[in-house]
Formats: sequence, structure tokens, C-alpha cells
Amino acid sequence: MERIKNFFSTFLLWELLQGMAVTGRYFFAPKITVEFPEERTPLSPRFRGLHALRRYPNGEERCIACKLCETVCPAMAITIDLAQREDGSRRTTRYDIDLAKCIFCGYCEESCPVDAIVETRIFDYHGESRNDLLYTKEKLLAIGDQNEEQIAKDRATDAKYR
Amino acid sequence: MFETIIVSLQGLFGSAWPLVYSIAKIVAIVAPLLLGVAYLTLAERKVIGYMQVRIGPNRVGPKGLLQPIADALKLMTKEIVIPSGSNKALFILGPLLAIAPALAAWAVVPFSPELVLANVDASLLYIMGITSMGVYGIILAGWASNSKYAFLGGMRAAAQIVAYEIAMGFALVGVLMAAQSLNLVEIVKGQAGGVHHWYFLPLFPLFIVYLIASVAETNRAPFDVVEGESEIVGFHVEYSGMTFAIFFLAEYANMILVSALTALMFLGGWNPLFDFAPFTWLPGFIWLLGKVCFVLFLFLWFRATFPRYRYDQIMRLGWKVLIPVTLVWILVVGAMMQTPYDYLFH
Repeated sequence: MERIKNFFSTFLLWELLQGMAVTGRYFFAPKITVEFPEERTPLSPRFRGLHALRRYPNGEERCIACKLCETVCPAMAITIDLAQREDGSRRTTRYDIDLAKCIFCGYCEESCPVDAIVETRIFDYHGESRNDLLYTKEKLLAIGDQNEEQIAKDRATDAKYR
Repeated sequence: MFETIIVSLQGLFGSAWPLVYSIAKIVAIVAPLLLGVAYLTLAERKVIGYMQVRIGPNRVGPKGLLQPIADALKLMTKEIVIPSGSNKALFILGPLLAIAPALAAWAVVPFSPELVLANVDASLLYIMGITSMGVYGIILAGWASNSKYAFLGGMRAAAQIVAYEIAMGFALVGVLMAAQSLNLVEIVKGQAGGVHHWYFLPLFPLFIVYLIASVAETNRAPFDVVEGESEIVGFHVEYSGMTFAIFFLAEYANMILVSALTALMFLGGWNPLFDFAPFTWLPGFIWLLGKVCFVLFLFLWFRATFPRYRYDQIMRLGWKVLIPVTLVWILVVGAMMQTPYDYLFH
């Protein structure tokens, strides 16, 4: 009996019509495409995008060249050189992130004792050569300066879970 | 108006006129056809996109309407790579043999009772013959490429076309019996007088078989093992640029052709849905176009719905299901024609 039923539902194309009914229904369903440059999906405050180096409100850079991020970086994308400044504080003379190596794991941000290196919400950046993806200290500080408001807000939102 | 233009052009070209006139008529069919092919590719991407809850291409031009133009330009500017191990002459001949029958078949396709390039009496036979030629291009392309995947694609094409050509031919025998004519114009005229006179009703099993066989004949999903982009890529793996574009063109031109034939033979051609007032206002050409578009939409719908058949399943379906079904129904039609219920089949 079961076999006869199976035979007829196959032979009379009933199963195929059911399949076509499904696609036919979805033909009229609202489309979920996000048209990217005009529309954007919401991002989490924990989003791990392009890196930035932050400053204190008084303009002093946060980074104290402790090298924790360089040590923890699993892709070895961070290179830090340091020197003593005239006022005796320990500061970086070089802070490079090779974004071609970076895997955006967020360990650098987690390890930072002074919240200096952070990952921002920026994800639509590009470089036309590999050198363009080597972000220097100046570049990273500039990104931090430009997006400080958003960065600070995201840290504050996430603070109670850290 | 039209007559005067013809006469004045006749004077202009003199003895070359018949040739010029024929070429003009051919261009008048092929140019819209190629445009139709271009926009069918866009329609396909849009329809499949919509069925997958996406919106499809919409960046080139308003609503993506220039996308086919951009695709064509891209393909034209690309290099034609000829593999060193291939047979060059046959390699180039492959796409030509694929496109030529797809276009040549249009010679006998009527667009209205008068509007047909060649109103031959055996037009159905001509169509059957010429569309079967198309597979030679595919087999040749697969073989001349000297690549194992292309070769597999070509072999699959040969087996598949042989299997489905028979079912398709038998389905057309039913139409021929109902219409008592091999002439496409006569076949459509036999279906005049509203939807209940169209042949798809008395010949319903044959209509379904023809539809399935035509999907298989054009190597479209779910019968696209010849191309099978996810497994063997198919008979045209080695082709690039314009040579590839011509295979693409041939596939879509064949799709439009079999859709037009389905519309002509089973869906009443240019006859309106009902033979009274609001339906008869539209010209016959619009009705034909509408029916062709409907069948084409079915093609795209099939592709968006069904997963690809396995090769042995295709063979089983062709030989063990479709051919027996057509044979039985031809027998039914033939037997019924000897009874007083004969009128049901005309």
C-alpha cells in the first residue's frame, strides 16, 4: 500500500509540485538582502574590526610599551620598539600592526592593561598593496583620535561584562 | 506604407534584392532573439534570486537592467584560450555547431498566421531534425577539448539527448495526430477558439512529457549533468571568452525555442485565452509572447526548485518512464480517434 502511494505521488509529480509550491511562495516573500554600502547591519559593541591606539582626554597616549600585546599576538602581527622619553616615562617609538598577518582575535585588546590598543567597528578599509596594510603608530593614533567617541561608548557599554 | 517602402528598396538594390530581403528578415528574427537571450539571463538571475529570498543583480543600470550588456562586453573582451592538446579546428567548430541549429530552427516558427519566415509544410519535422543537430556541437566541444571532464560532459550529452529525443518525438507525434498536420501554422490554427481547444488538455501526459524532455534537451537543471558545474563543470570547461559566450547563447536560444514550440503546439500559440471580447483585444503576438514567457518562467522555476538528477536516474526516467507514458498515450489517442469521442482530440 505504502509503495503504491509512493508510486503515485512520484509518478503524478505531486512531490515535485509541492517543491515548486515552496519556491513559488518564497518568490513573493520579502527579501532579506542588505544592500551594503547604503544599508548596514547592526554591529556589536564587541565588534573586532580595524585597530586603533587611544589617548587619554588630556592628549597623552595611553600605551606604556609593556609589550603584552606583542607577546600575546598569535599571528605575531605587532612589532613594538620602545625608548624612555625626556620626562622619564616609557613610550613606544614604533608600534606597527601588519593587518595582512592580523587574525582579528582581539587578544591584544584583552591583554592591554591601559586600554590603549582597541579594535574598532571599522571593517570596510582596504589597501592597494601589502604596504598599505602595515599600520604604523601614527596611523593607529589617528584612527583612535577620529573614532574616540564611538570607541569610548563601546567600552562603556561592554564594561559591566568584562 | 510598408508596400511602398519595399518597392522603393527593390529599385535601390536591383538584382541583389532577394538576398537583401532574406537577410533583412533573418536579422529581424535573430536580433530580437539575441536580445531576448541576453535578458533571459538577467531574468534567470532575478527569478532564482527572488526564490532564494535575495534580490539578484541590481547594480548595473537602473534595477540592474544593463547587467546583460555588461556581461556581454566582459565576455567579448576576454581572451579565447585554445588548449594546446586540443584539436583546434573542431574546438572552434563546436560552439558554431551549437549555435547554428538554435538559430536556424527559428526559420519555421510562426509568430502569427502570416508572420513566418518559411511556412513549410513539414515544419515540425524540420524542427525535430534541426534541434537534434545542436548536440553535435556539444559532443564535438567535449571531444575536441582533449580534457577528461569535457569528454565526460560530451558523452553524457550524447546519451541524454538520445534518450529524451525519443520521448520528445513521441510527444510531438501526439500533436501531429491531433492536428492532422506537420505544419506549425496549421497546428496552431487547429487550437483556435479558447483554452478548451488547446492541445495540452487532450494531450496532457504528452504535454508534461514534452515539458520534461525539453528541459532535458536544453541541458537545464535538474537535467544539467552535461554541465554539472559542481562536479565536472562540463563540456565547456576549456572554453573562455566569446567561445564560451556562444555556448551560453545557444543554451538560452534553445530554451526560448522550446518554450516557443511548447506555446505553439500545446498552449494555442497566438490564440487568446478565451475567444470573446476583452481577451481578443490583445494582438496574437502578445499572447504568444506571454505564453513563451510563462514557459520560460517554468524553466527558471524548475532550476530554482529541483536538485540535479543523478546520471542513472536521468536514464531511468527517460527510457523507463517517459517513453512508455508517451507510447501509451499515443495508443489512447489513436484508439479514441476511432470512436465517436474523436472530437475530444481535435
